[in-house]
Amino acid sequence: MNTNETLSANRRDFLKTLGLTGAVLVLGIPAVNAGAPVPATMGLLNINAAPTGSELVPYVIIEKSTAGHPGKITIMNPRPDMGQGTYQSIPALIAEELGVTLDQVTILQTGGEKAFGYQMSGGSSSVRGSYMPLRKVGASAREMLVTAASQQWGVPVAECTVADGRVHHKASGRSLAYGDLVEVASKLPVPSDPKLKDPKDFIILGKPALRPEVPAKVSGRAQFGIDTKVPGMVYASVERSPVIGSKLVSFDDSKTKQVKGVRQVVKATRTLGKRHFDGVAVVADNYWAALKGRRALAVTWDHAGLDKFNTVAYENQLRELAKQDGIVDHSSGDFTKAFANAPTTLDAFYETPMVSHSPMEPMNCVAHWPTPTSVEIWTSSQAPSSIKTNMVEEFGIKADDVKINITFNGGGFGRRLFQDFVLEAAHIAKTVGKPVKVVWTREDDTQLGPFRPMTFSALRAGLGADGMPLAFQHKVISPSIGATLGNPHKADSVDKTMTEGISEQQYEIPNVDNRYVFADLQVPTGYWRAVTSTTLAFAHECFIDEMAHKAGKDPFDYRMAMLTKASDTKRVLTKLREVSNWDKPLPAGWGRGVAQYEFFAGLAGHVVEVSKQKDGSVKVEKVICVIDLGTVVNPDMVRAQTEGAIAMAITAATKPGITFANGAAQQANFDTNPMVRINEMPVVEVHILAEGGPVIKGVGEPGLPPVAPALANAIFMATGKRVRRLPMDLSKLA
Amino acid sequence: MATIKLTINNQPRTLDVEPDMPLLWAIRDVVGLTGTKFGCGIAQCGACTVHLDGSPVRSCSVPVSAVAGQKITTIEGISKNADHPVQKAWIAHQVPQCGYCQSGQIMSAVALLKTTPKPTDSDIDNAMQGNICRCGTYTRVREAIHTASAEIGTTNKLPKTGAKVGKR
Repeated sequence: MNTNETLSANRRDFLKTLGLTGAVLVLGIPAVNAGAPVPATMGLLNINAAPTGSELVPYVIIEKSTAGHPGKITIMNPRPDMGQGTYQSIPALIAEELGVTLDQVTILQTGGEKAFGYQMSGGSSSVRGSYMPLRKVGASAREMLVTAASQQWGVPVAECTVADGRVHHKASGRSLAYGDLVEVASKLPVPSDPKLKDPKDFIILGKPALRPEVPAKVSGRAQFGIDTKVPGMVYASVERSPVIGSKLVSFDDSKTKQVKGVRQVVKATRTLGKRHFDGVAVVADNYWAALKGRRALAVTWDHAGLDKFNTVAYENQLRELAKQDGIVDHSSGDFTKAFANAPTTLDAFYETPMVSHSPMEPMNCVAHWPTPTSVEIWTSSQAPSSIKTNMVEEFGIKADDVKINITFNGGGFGRRLFQDFVLEAAHIAKTVGKPVKVVWTREDDTQLGPFRPMTFSALRAGLGADGMPLAFQHKVISPSIGATLGNPHKADSVDKTMTEGISEQQYEIPNVDNRYVFADLQVPTGYWRAVTSTTLAFAHECFIDEMAHKAGKDPFDYRMAMLTKASDTKRVLTKLREVSNWDKPLPAGWGRGVAQYEFFAGLAGHVVEVSKQKDGSVKVEKVICVIDLGTVVNPDMVRAQTEGAIAMAITAATKPGITFANGAAQQANFDTNPMVRINEMPVVEVHILAEGGPVIKGVGEPGLPPVAPALANAIFMATGKRVRRLPMDLSKLA
Repeated sequence: MATIKLTINNQPRTLDVEPDMPLLWAIRDVVGLTGTKFGCGIAQCGACTVHLDGSPVRSCSVPVSAVAGQKITTIEGISKNADHPVQKAWIAHQVPQCGYCQSGQIMSAVALLKTTPKPTDSDIDNAMQGNICRCGTYTRVREAIHTASAEIGTTNKLPKTGAKVGKR
């Protein structure tokens, strides 16, 4: 199908929504090709699903040149920025092939329009999912522009080259700007299989580059959702039951209405997955009045027994469930027989907590209904496509009647894959009949979920006479994210999100039997940066260390001995051993630990160094990371993401996390739910393996999972104390 | 309501607000300067850091009435073109990730360099540990402060950052 045929009817409207007019070339590729393979573990979110049908995806927009000015070149970005740098990495893929420099282009964020396919940042998928499709977009546009120039000049296509937004004919010294060619080029058929550049000719890709939005982010000019202001806007703060799921019985707003600036008090509803939570929204002239009004509310909730929930009892329940056989996640060889016959066996039980996402920008959304059946949304969200889908389902309106403005995300980490805060704001705005800005407090953000779920792990291994494993079992006992969001769990199935990576490790062990035991949970849980790989890697890689210790072997040697065949893990660990100076001695009182983890998002290995302090604490001194990517688009951004991943994983491993008593979270703000601060940040060294090859691995998440186990393994080496439960309290471990 | 006079970024302002409104919300919602961010509301995260007569304060926990007649500087007031030495260093080191906490980080760093032009790592830890960055940009915050410290007083150019970010 031809781009022009597809877009001609809607082109004017479409361009108007993008704020563009005039003669332009809109180029795209079939949306069905725009997504990366769907990782099995992310099925619930349909992380890379492309819409069906044959719409074209118009990512490149070139305007016609006007008197002396080359036409403006716009590149659409379908991957919202939450700090991972998609305003550089994504346009770079197109610009490289198109033959323009990044300072010649303007970047616009897409807003869930069907024409752009599935738009979402998550699952470490932005670069790996867009790498080939968006290069093809750029290459198609380049071929059309070159064809147009060769026709105009009457020279062969092969004699034309591109650079800096122009087509050049070297022999005659002629050149034309893309904007001079766009009118003719836009009438040509879109090449179905354009020729891509040889990576050795890359000018932009693979090189460190500064991100275009950083000046705005250092000067207060960058617009986040919370900075939105639209004419006639009022502000709302919503009181919700601290016991998540309680029903609203009644509320007394007499004191609220005495607060100056309060306009009205309305019922609210928050839809998260298939669950609906009640709330009471205080609407006011400014946010402070809304908050004061909310604090003056007296609300009666019916907890219906939900207030009996507490973490201590729930953890006992998980320990009890561990006695069950569970459902097989992966089985190879004959574990039962090999374990029974092994000369040495060991087992251990590992426990982890729930944690919050706590992006620095609390949840917020501005919603406005210009008509009863059309709505406009301004928000920080990782998934504009999910907003569309969820709004259509929630309100029964047409997708085209949901206009979405995606701002920079003040942190995402998976929290903003869920659009509950958008739906809630849309409900309130519909009731109020004005544009409404709903801003969550930090306490709301901390206490109301969805949380990263805990996983408990029962591990067993049988070792041979040489100490090497003959039999290995990792049994996961945990709630299911899907089930906590209202999607019933099938009793005979494994929730693969909850066993993420445990059966993907490359260690050569002849008899393996991994299992899953489902546990019901009333508290909503959700995806979190590297999700359950952050907890399962802790159990898996600490237990490997226990096996090495039992075998009397160095933990690095032990791992390498299980990696005789060529594998990515073997490459990563070989590099890690070298760059971490594993074989050189450490100062007295120091220890080091190693861990790696391969899961849907990618692969990294870390060595963590710790030291015992005089006050009885352990200090995290240094983290050395090797991340395996295959291909890298912006190495500096990979380093930045990995530094951040390590900080986040240290917080998750060493800070209290989220616990429940009487049905409510016991932590509320950063005083009770602390995050790692600058004085706790170790030295970080990131090494990138980018050796080419067909597979591109993710960047945002792989830096997290190895942190907790490498840290615990380092503590064991330094102190002899084996940590089997997170969070670990570093102040008491030396 | 009360009428409160104060100076923000060298501009005299008269605000008609409730006296207990935190300075943060007066700056954001009433004055309309949104570079100062809301992160926690209890002076735990530093995202709302502004300068009160030159010293860093957490504007979420200061009632606007308490600063009547005083001089406030926000992120918007430290330079015209993102070219304060601290901002230049922040760009050169690509410190921000999501960027949300960075106004506060920069305001704390600017205040630190005023009192301690050549800070040690431990000076930086002390001055900056009130600012949480959930993206974990701490390593680069530290490097950028050292760079800014070396560059204050020089006239190095603003690093060039490529594409323009459009607004729909």
